[in-house]
Amino acid sequence: MNGFHYALIALVLIWVVLRVRDRERARKFARWALIGAGALLVLAPFAWIVPAVFKTGDAFNDYVFFPPLSKWSDTMSLANFRKLSEGRPSLRGQVYFWEYFLNSTVIATVTTTLQIFFSSLAGYALAKFEFRGKALLMLFMLGSMMIPPVLLLAPLYKMVVDLGLVDSLAGVIVPIMVSTYGAFLFRQACVSVPNEMLDAARLDGCSEIGIYFRVVMPLVRPMAAAFCLVAFLTNWNAFFMPNVFLHSEDNLTVPVVLNLLLGVYRQKQGIFLAGTALAMIPPAVLFFFLQKEFISGLTSGAVKG
Amino acid sequence: MKIRHKGPAPYLFLSPYLILTTIFFVVPFVNAIMLAFYETNGPRSRAFVGFDNFRFLLHDTNFHAALWNTTIFAVVSVCVQLPLAMALALLLNGGGSRLRGIFRLIFFSPNLVGQVLVGILFSVLFTPRYGLITRGFQAFLHWGIEARWLTDPALIMPAIVLASLWLWVGFNMVYFLAALQTVDKSLEEAARIDGASAWQVFWHVTLPSMRHVVVFVVIMTVIGSYQLFELPLTLLSESYGYGAKNAGLTLITYLNYNGFRSGDLGLGSAVGWVIALIIFTISLIQIRVARLTED
Repeated sequence: MNGFHYALIALVLIWVVLRVRDRERARKFARWALIGAGALLVLAPFAWIVPAVFKTGDAFNDYVFFPPLSKWSDTMSLANFRKLSEGRPSLRGQVYFWEYFLNSTVIATVTTTLQIFFSSLAGYALAKFEFRGKALLMLFMLGSMMIPPVLLLAPLYKMVVDLGLVDSLAGVIVPIMVSTYGAFLFRQACVSVPNEMLDAARLDGCSEIGIYFRVVMPLVRPMAAAFCLVAFLTNWNAFFMPNVFLHSEDNLTVPVVLNLLLGVYRQKQGIFLAGTALAMIPPAVLFFFLQKEFISGLTSGAVKG
Repeated sequence: MKIRHKGPAPYLFLSPYLILTTIFFVVPFVNAIMLAFYETNGPRSRAFVGFDNFRFLLHDTNFHAALWNTTIFAVVSVCVQLPLAMALALLLNGGGSRLRGIFRLIFFSPNLVGQVLVGILFSVLFTPRYGLITRGFQAFLHWGIEARWLTDPALIMPAIVLASLWLWVGFNMVYFLAALQTVDKSLEEAARIDGASAWQVFWHVTLPSMRHVVVFVVIMTVIGSYQLFELPLTLLSESYGYGAKNAGLTLITYLNYNGFRSGDLGLGSAVGWVIALIIFTISLIQIRVARLTED
């Protein structure tokens, strides 16, 4: 028996007492107890990694979470981050950790921006214009989403080699500049843009591309925000393509390097965990700003469709 | 009412999509069909071998292990992860909307962490004796402090499943929760007044009216499961994602080593085809079943 078991027994007892007096309140209590327990399970690894990246030496295993405050001077330091920032040696000299971070940032932001632009253009055309071959194109798009991307990776790799883009950041950006999923999401959003507004803009002499930039894009901003986050998460965390397409140390991205560090610092978990914790920050910041649009955007396609 | 617009505007808007998709999807797709019938050595040299790549897969025990493991993972994902996600969504659906928003955020938060990072994180959490998970099991069940989650063949798949639950339950919950909020409350109320139990209401009223989302989520889960790769790769980094006795080997892990690492892109393409065929078949069956239950 330990604290956890006593807490569990206490919760069950409270529920029984509540149930005898008022069934509705017992239900409510059980609901929030279960949700709370689930939330604790989800948050535990986050709560664990925060102290873990600062603990050094034996302290890493001696304490589950934070060591007592009085021992912080011996057990807590920035040593893991210092070691991490040293980076890895390469033929062209030392590559520092911030360089991987920069590569990841460039790849994720450029790819995401291009995907938003090209996908929204296609989505707008699909939502607001009638043209020949439209039904066929939609069918093709639906079918193409069923193809697992890995199937294309081998020929794509060959193509990137032929283009001379292998082992360059451009090589992992260029092949995924458009997203069919994104085009579908934007189509969904553009359908609800009122035709009257488009016509009014046309009467005012606005060009078609001007309408897209000045009328449509501002109206579908929530979807753009949602897709921005989905795309950024995917591109920031991407592993397979960068892992295969990039070779030089100074071109690698954060996930690829963290996977390598796993092998190098097997016994010093604090170091690669420090890198893992740092890699969680950019998506978290973006999520913080875009969360509201995100949930509605993410689910609108599925729920409406 | 759509605008029947004369002029080149729609084609201009579509042209970047069409051009890029043709170059980076259609062409590689056609190439992938052909590449599977070649034996290649790196991206440059190739020789036609007919169905030899597929014949090799048919007899390769590593491939059988990968197919088996991935299928088990897909089945467990659908049978464990989705009911858990649905249960959480049902619990949250009844609560107040302010708290619901906060908990939805909490449950979704693991998705900010990619598969690679989750694998790294959990590889430390599963450490025998010192890891958070082994300690947790010990505290609650008095078992598991010495459990070798990542080296014991019997525990490798459960470890991958546990990590995947942490990552994806909240993701699917978001979909279910959004769907639950569109379900017509008066239908549920009517069933309840007619004396249906909570379970009957859920099974006969709530679930059928969110059928589209359920089918969508099941298909997405199956597609995702068959492409499992980064999570076991980093979780089982000591054995390069294979795990003891190939217990953690997935189809994509197999493809990665036998296609890209060894330079035989033809074999890699053949594996890709097998995965694509499986996903396609299962998706079609699911859509068919969903149509049948609709009537």
